[in-house]
Amino acid sequence: MLLELCEQLSVWVIPAILLIIPVIGYLRKVKVYEAFVDGAGEGFHTAIRILPCLVAMLVAISIFRASGAMEACIVFIAPLLNSLGIPSDLVPLAIMRPLSGSGSLGLTTELLNTYGPDSLVGQIASTVLASTDTTFYVLTVYFGAVAVNNPRYAPLVGLTGDIASFLASVYICQYLFSNNG
Amino acid sequence: MASGIIYAGLNGRIEVVTASAISAAKDAVELSINLIGVMCLWLGIMKIAEISGLIKLLSFLLQPFISLLFPSVPKNHPALGAIIMTISANMLGLGNAVTPLGIKAMQQLQTINPKKDTATPAMCTLLALCTTGFTLVPATIIALRSAAGSIDPTAIVGSTFIVSLVSTMFVLVIDRLCQVIFKR
Repeated sequence: MLLELCEQLSVWVIPAILLIIPVIGYLRKVKVYEAFVDGAGEGFHTAIRILPCLVAMLVAISIFRASGAMEACIVFIAPLLNSLGIPSDLVPLAIMRPLSGSGSLGLTTELLNTYGPDSLVGQIASTVLASTDTTFYVLTVYFGAVAVNNPRYAPLVGLTGDIASFLASVYICQYLFSNNG
Repeated sequence: MASGIIYAGLNGRIEVVTASAISAAKDAVELSINLIGVMCLWLGIMKIAEISGLIKLLSFLLQPFISLLFPSVPKNHPALGAIIMTISANMLGLGNAVTPLGIKAMQQLQTINPKKDTATPAMCTLLALCTTGFTLVPATIIALRSAAGSIDPTAIVGSTFIVSLVSTMFVLVIDRLCQVIFKR
């Protein structure tokens, strides 16, 4: 029931928006096509403005991953997280989540296949993936688009949020799912 | 980045650095090109909503709540409307619509930024909300779990909701704290 509702909702939301907004615009005598083109024109320039920032960030993260520095990081902090009651298989996901969306999607798929989606690790991994966004991507794109070079404390807040939501995922899932499974 | 290069050098894997740097640069271009399409689509739709007064209506309705989160943004400023659209898209899990809307909100906030190269407190709050990503319908993950053969793919909707709620509250508190600490 809930599954169907969610599926239906996620399928219908975008078509509904794409229908409703132009219809309302038309009824309110807006020149719908001209308005769309006018707005869409901005999209092109913004995407181009973001490009150099994305290159810089993706190259840095990719080197960090490929060089093995990330694994070294994981080995270093794994014991610390273990002592907080976090399964060591989830540590790579914790590090990857703020850095790369596709990377953490890949890790989660792997965890779901290894442990099963209904295992505790599977539930936690799914929750981690669902409840937070790729912090560095969001930072780069949003600030890149307005040419802000000094983000001040925003990365700090974003990363604290990632840590908080990772810990919350682990503890809340342990509480919710370990009783009945 | 420097740590990665040095680490690779120490471990005799320096050639990996070149390869991964070049392929990442390529990925970034691909990502931006893909972004152009969705950006144009959503910003076009946004423009229609803006001219027809829909966004004004929405921001009028949600203003008390949003103004609480963004006290530095003047009432009736278009940035509030864009912020509301971003947060709603985020909640509905409209993945690729969030980025264009969020950027739009950022650009609106930039118009009232006195120091153009430095982030304002309102920008940081918006970023905090977006990076925690408060999601009601995590469609991608539900699909992923289905594909992996889960007997109950939506089991995580509840836990995601609680976690999002907890971390969003937490982030907003941290954001406020930082606003006080970093005040200059």
